[in-house]
Amino acid sequence: MKIKAQIAMVINLDKCIGCHTCSVTCKNTWTNRSGAEYMWFNNVETKPGAGYPDQWEDQQRYKGGWHLRKGQLTLRSGFRWQGLSLSRIFYNPNSPTIDDYYEPWTYDYQKLLKSPVRRHMPTARPQSLLTGEYIEKLRKGPNWDDDLAGGPQAGGRDPNLRDLLGEEVRLEFEKAFMLYLPRLCEHCLNPGCVASCPSGAIYKRDEDGIVLVDQEKCRGWRYCTSGCPYKKVYYNWKTYKAEKCTFCYPRVEEGVATVCSETCPGRLRYMGVLLYDADRVPRAAAQPDEQALYQAQLELFLDPHDPAVIAQARRDGIQEDWLAAAQISPVYKLAVQYGLALPLHPEFRTLPMVWYIPPLSPMVSVLESRTSGSVTTGFFPTLEQMRAPVQYLANFLTGGNPQPVERALRRLLGMRHFMRSLETGQENQEQLLETIGLSEQTVRHMYRLLAVAKYEDRIVIPLAHREESRKAHQEQGKVGYAL
Amino acid sequence: MKLWKKMRFFQQATEKYADGWSSSAVKDRDWEDLYRQRWQHDKVVRTTHGVNCTGSCSWKVFVKNGLITWEHQQRDYPGTDPDMPEFEPRGCPRGASYSWYVYSPLRVRFPYIRRILLELWREALELHENPLEAWQSIVEDPEKAGQYKKARGKGGFLRCTWSEVYRLIAAQMLYTIKTYGPDRIAGFTPIPAMSMVSYAAGARFISLVGGPMLSFYDWYADLPPASPQIWGEQTDVPESSDWYNSGYLIMWGSNVPLTRTPDAHFMTEVRYKGTKVVAVSPDYAENVKFADSWMAVKPGSDGALAQAMTHVILKEFYVDKSSPYFVEYAKRFTDLPFLVTLNQWGDCYVTGRFLLASDLGWDIVNPEWQTVVCNEVTGEMTVPNGSIGTRWGDHLKWNLKQEDVYGQSLEPLLSLAEQADERVMVAFPYFDNRSKGVKKRELPVRRIRKGDKEFYVTTVYDLMLAHYGVSRKGLTRGYPQDYDDQESYTPAWQEQITGVPREQVIQIAREFAENAEQTQGRSMIIMGAGANHWFNSDTIYRAILNLVLLTGCQGVNGGGWAHYVGQEKCRPIEGWNAIAFARDWSAPPRLQNATSFYYFATDQWRYEELPMSQLTAATVGKPRYEHPADYNVLAAQLGWLPSYPQFNVNNLQIADMARAAGAVSPQEVADYVVSSLQEKTIRFAAENPDDPRNFPRTLWVWRSNLLSSSGKGHEYFMKHLLGASHGLLAEENISFKPEKMVWQEAAEGKLDLLINLEFRMTGTALHSDILLPAATWYEKHDLSSTDMHPFVHPFNPAIDPPWEAKTDWNIFRGMAEVFSDMAAKYFPGVHQDLVAVPLMHDSVDEIAQPFGRVREWSKGEVAPVPGKTMPKLVPVERDYGLIHEKYSSLGPLLEKNPVGAHGISFSVADQYHQLKAINGTVEAGLAAGRPKLETARQAAEAMLTLSSATNGKVAMKAWEAEEGKTGLLLKDIAEERAGERLTFDGITAQPRQVIPTPVFTGSNKGNRRYSPFTTNIERLVAFRTLTGRQQFYLDHEVILEYGEGLPIFKPTLQLLVLADRDQQPSRKEKEIVLRYLTPHGKWNIHSTYQDNIHMLTLFRGGPHIWLNHQDAQEADIGDNDWVELYNRNGVVVARAVLTHRLPRGTTFMYHAQDKHINMPGSTITGERGGTHNSPTRIHIKPTQCIGGYAQLSYGFNYYGPIGNQRDVYVSIRKLNEVNWLEN
Repeated sequence: MKIKAQIAMVINLDKCIGCHTCSVTCKNTWTNRSGAEYMWFNNVETKPGAGYPDQWEDQQRYKGGWHLRKGQLTLRSGFRWQGLSLSRIFYNPNSPTIDDYYEPWTYDYQKLLKSPVRRHMPTARPQSLLTGEYIEKLRKGPNWDDDLAGGPQAGGRDPNLRDLLGEEVRLEFEKAFMLYLPRLCEHCLNPGCVASCPSGAIYKRDEDGIVLVDQEKCRGWRYCTSGCPYKKVYYNWKTYKAEKCTFCYPRVEEGVATVCSETCPGRLRYMGVLLYDADRVPRAAAQPDEQALYQAQLELFLDPHDPAVIAQARRDGIQEDWLAAAQISPVYKLAVQYGLALPLHPEFRTLPMVWYIPPLSPMVSVLESRTSGSVTTGFFPTLEQMRAPVQYLANFLTGGNPQPVERALRRLLGMRHFMRSLETGQENQEQLLETIGLSEQTVRHMYRLLAVAKYEDRIVIPLAHREESRKAHQEQGKVGYAL
Repeated sequence: MKLWKKMRFFQQATEKYADGWSSSAVKDRDWEDLYRQRWQHDKVVRTTHGVNCTGSCSWKVFVKNGLITWEHQQRDYPGTDPDMPEFEPRGCPRGASYSWYVYSPLRVRFPYIRRILLELWREALELHENPLEAWQSIVEDPEKAGQYKKARGKGGFLRCTWSEVYRLIAAQMLYTIKTYGPDRIAGFTPIPAMSMVSYAAGARFISLVGGPMLSFYDWYADLPPASPQIWGEQTDVPESSDWYNSGYLIMWGSNVPLTRTPDAHFMTEVRYKGTKVVAVSPDYAENVKFADSWMAVKPGSDGALAQAMTHVILKEFYVDKSSPYFVEYAKRFTDLPFLVTLNQWGDCYVTGRFLLASDLGWDIVNPEWQTVVCNEVTGEMTVPNGSIGTRWGDHLKWNLKQEDVYGQSLEPLLSLAEQADERVMVAFPYFDNRSKGVKKRELPVRRIRKGDKEFYVTTVYDLMLAHYGVSRKGLTRGYPQDYDDQESYTPAWQEQITGVPREQVIQIAREFAENAEQTQGRSMIIMGAGANHWFNSDTIYRAILNLVLLTGCQGVNGGGWAHYVGQEKCRPIEGWNAIAFARDWSAPPRLQNATSFYYFATDQWRYEELPMSQLTAATVGKPRYEHPADYNVLAAQLGWLPSYPQFNVNNLQIADMARAAGAVSPQEVADYVVSSLQEKTIRFAAENPDDPRNFPRTLWVWRSNLLSSSGKGHEYFMKHLLGASHGLLAEENISFKPEKMVWQEAAEGKLDLLINLEFRMTGTALHSDILLPAATWYEKHDLSSTDMHPFVHPFNPAIDPPWEAKTDWNIFRGMAEVFSDMAAKYFPGVHQDLVAVPLMHDSVDEIAQPFGRVREWSKGEVAPVPGKTMPKLVPVERDYGLIHEKYSSLGPLLEKNPVGAHGISFSVADQYHQLKAINGTVEAGLAAGRPKLETARQAAEAMLTLSSATNGKVAMKAWEAEEGKTGLLLKDIAEERAGERLTFDGITAQPRQVIPTPVFTGSNKGNRRYSPFTTNIERLVAFRTLTGRQQFYLDHEVILEYGEGLPIFKPTLQLLVLADRDQQPSRKEKEIVLRYLTPHGKWNIHSTYQDNIHMLTLFRGGPHIWLNHQDAQEADIGDNDWVELYNRNGVVVARAVLTHRLPRGTTFMYHAQDKHINMPGSTITGERGGTHNSPTRIHIKPTQCIGGYAQLSYGFNYYGPIGNQRDVYVSIRKLNEVNWLEN
């Protein structure tokens, strides 16, 4: 056993209002500059939809992440030294092109003030930031199919819909459903980008698991952009280097949440420490059954209250304050204890560390039937009456296994029933608690974490021990000087 | 050289683990400082966004190397409760993108004038020494005036200096004042709460001059007239955290995640507490994602849905069983037990007005204003405490104690069913999509004999049951059989209109009421613009509000209505009001309802197609007037509404004219005006808006993109107000003229000068004659508050205004200085202005016109009496040379006169003196020794000090005044905070909660969540209505004329794309006609942010419409195709977004997509495709013109016709050739 600590995140899709504040605050802080215009370290996608970049989830197309070849864990695009073969040294067929993202643009705004008197009112027209040319008609952006824009045609391109279209899912007004998926780098336990980098410029930090691209070592090979199945490494066309979400390490090191978490008006992001057994990572990632990958990853996480784990963690150099943080980690609670949060596309086998609570989307199909379909049998609709099919959620949260999704949703729904019974003074909720497999106390804690969600409960980040990294006493008077 | 190049972050040997799969390598990680350095910053400044979104979020603005770099939300709001979610982190993506504007190429950096005008001006100055004459030589020369007016919107701005631009404006204004009167100078700026000092900056200047400030809340159609109709209250709503107290939450026409982004979490979170969430929305909107149940109502039919839900609740909770909680509430806090007279109508009856003490000949104060109930115990009729007659008569009785005015205890009788003298058939007006008619239903009545008169009365409750078709034992004639009967207003009836299954309606209505029963009123409806911007928004809202009134939810935390449409609470109201309208120096200000102003100024009244007889009740022979404009002129004449420009003569010359005719005293001057009006030698300007004497001449626009955001009827604005190029296809309707107006040739380009303060280029900026560079929100001191949370937030400058930008306060103060200097020279002396003031709500004027009867002095039906049957006429002295001195100091009237709001007033003399120490005093001149008001920060400090919500001492005075008006003990509500005073520094350190005050209807005492009307319900303060209760019934003649005595369903206005006389574009083969809705968008707050590169990047980069993919198919429109949308009002070009999220038959063009971004030409007009408001216009609703009658009395932004724009249709076609009109 080798215990490592990872700062991880949980995003509660059931609370996400799709506002994109996270994307904007992140962009302003990190990628609001030339060469980085199209980079959205954090973006939000409407599902069903093709996503950003276009159909990124389709690994037949992009060959990102890992797969098993003859039982061996292998990068889908081949290992990095294969990448260096002469035929592919200047050409990476799997890398997304600018058309898969979008051509960043601006407008000739200054015309509005500078225009001489003309026959017609001036208007600011879009201009490409790459070529400076006018763009007659914009055709693509980082959020082109927001809120089901593009209709069934665009929604139908969602790789997760696969075989569901027609029978289970119909993209029409009466059956409409959607959810929002905020996405950032997964800071994976088994990152495809690290493994594909020919320069060794990408690394996973030992102390907190944050994955970074060394801007001094990067040589711009761009194998990371294809190696990452989440398409969260971007190529800066001005510096010729790859860049990606840094999990806001300059903030996280100081115990402050990432910008996206801090500024989320939906209050749906949680950050905390997870302890995991690094020795078991390759085995978990190589679990043959895709539908069992979620469970395999879950088993990597160690109980921070277990004395044996604590003892080993100390031996492996985990600090006391990190252990304490792990014990009150909201991520551990949501992912492990309550079983509510699930990984994004575990079948990519990178062991992602941003997890998602599936949305209840608990809206019955009101228009289906004049007589029965419109009325819920109980006060709340049942799981079966919900719009977003469980299988669809399972296709991106559990490698297609519906059971964990169903269990999470039942627990959310059960919590609502239980809390209503408290609010309205009804009794006898034992049976309800039994069916969702949680104690009354757990449900109350769950409610507090999900609904009341105080900041200090949402965000639990121990400080980086900078004193260990440098000669702190000497550096104290010199920080910031670049002499 | 990097000193630390060789250092390692974590010193470790290279180590392999996981069977060699992973390794830890020693690595130089100094490069990591790269991102650390990006994150490091020099300072963080607390400020907020002065944007009209009701958010009022507190932000951290980061400054690095002297530049504003980015903004994140503050998190330090004082806690709500340990068991509740907090307000943090309030903010949204729009706000988060604001810093882009500061240095962007869209920024207005210098003062600009259009070259044509500047050249004319400079030439004129060469020829005329007197600048007023110079201006005259331009504006009175049709060729020159036409030259610069026609160039509006067409580019050609020239940078000039502040002093030159100030001089031109001052000359124009002084010339206008001298020639036409000060009321030809108008100011438009909306929503003070979003940046109240900046609002006040211009309003103070314009008020001192004597120009009208134009309203916004009613003009935006955000005002729900139902609120003053029911409660006598403009709007009061719970803060968003109170959603978390609800047990059942309906979002009705309110897309919470999109329009209430920072608040939405309270809705998502309360679901976990076991609250059921229901969405009523025609489209699968963002909020529907969270709903347990979705009622996919057809657009505009919400009223029908609510009528049926009311039917279910009345039947199941009042008739089948009698819910004690509901009945008790109804009896004490609503007008349901009050008696209403019935009038004979053919072989049956119709409802009349409330029974009054005067009908019974009772000798009490204001008997014509005291309403009557039956006492359940004695069976006798009596007058309960609390009616409006007690409010303006016997103060100690203006409360809701269960007593009558004779001091006897009282249990009002709800229904006469058990004590009826007779049963009669009553005809109720009825409307649906196809027809109008009556429904005759049997009712229990009492017979009253008074002298030789005999008449019937019944209770509002009995009327409600009959109107809603809820039969009772022995009362079944004319009633529907059951829920499946298609008669009004059953669940089956609504199904035909709304498309919502009846079973769902029954279930939701039942659950809503059951929850209210279980939780004693914690069922809530969040209401929004989706249900509000319609022509009949008031009837829609009244129908919906039935649900919270009948279930005892209003005035209860976690219950009641929660209307979030444009209304923002200007918390420090008394101080703001005094400073903004310069009441410290002179009163009354001219406060004009903007809907009427723009309706006449843009000549939309000349294009009416809909006779009012189509809208009146079947119980009424014909309407009083066929043309809606007549009602507005009537309202001006009777003092119901203000009307500026006022008369067809210069108000400054009236006193002279009167003196010439022999008048001496002010009374004689007034008499002169009255008789002149009667003889029509002086006329209301509204009677002839196209007479050049009646034009508005100057319009100041700031904090607003009037033309491209709220300018409904955009092309009418272009044509008639500005005289610019336009895309109007409609032709005037010369066969349908108002009776009360003069029809002369339509004017184009009425406005002589459009002045715009802006920080960015917008449609309004492009069309203005003068463009002044305003500071952004990150560059000034100001205050912001909202109804969504209980805090007052400061604006603080993160940088000084860059380039030549100035804060609004400094722009207007600088203007005042130049203006005063020039006035002293070219228009010196004291001038007497005569201000016509309408009959005001919350003043004794609201009992001016009894019985809700319309009596026209112009027809000899009544004598013209100012303040009674017509506007008050108040003389005000103006010395234009002193404007600047007055502007920059706090005037003497604050020391002398009480301040107040909502009908209570109290002295702030102590605070006035305190402000001398806080702000310092003026050293010399007119204002020597008075508190300074030189800076925006001083103005902010004064507002905080003078207001009850921000100064505990003032709050105590306000409660004391309220005690004096009600005979109740109330001061304890603010006692715990009596010693507090919110200061600018204090709220900059951390947000502070406001202090409970009677100028709002609820209280946040003890950190309780704010919910409106809790003071009325818990502390028995009467509602500011006729009966003193929440009113289901309205009895004004004009209301009854339109069949709206009781809440009712009315269909949307009929489909009209083009009238026969209109210009007909050559039709294309494939066009589709769709309902055209303009809801608030996701990527903008009105027009702000829609031109911001981040927002444009995040959604499709420019104007777009949404429509159902199957509808699109019919016109061969594909996703992202360019399309043209047109109707008689104009044309707009956009790209199509196809979706299955929208139902068929309706298109959305999200609000305020301006034409200055990515807008090609239209093939129909040959002009640039318009704005989202090009296909819209407004319709005046006569019932909203009423005044002088209890809660139906004018208040600025309070009552008056709303600028509704929603009942329109467009024809849509593909635009194959895109022409950018770059010539």
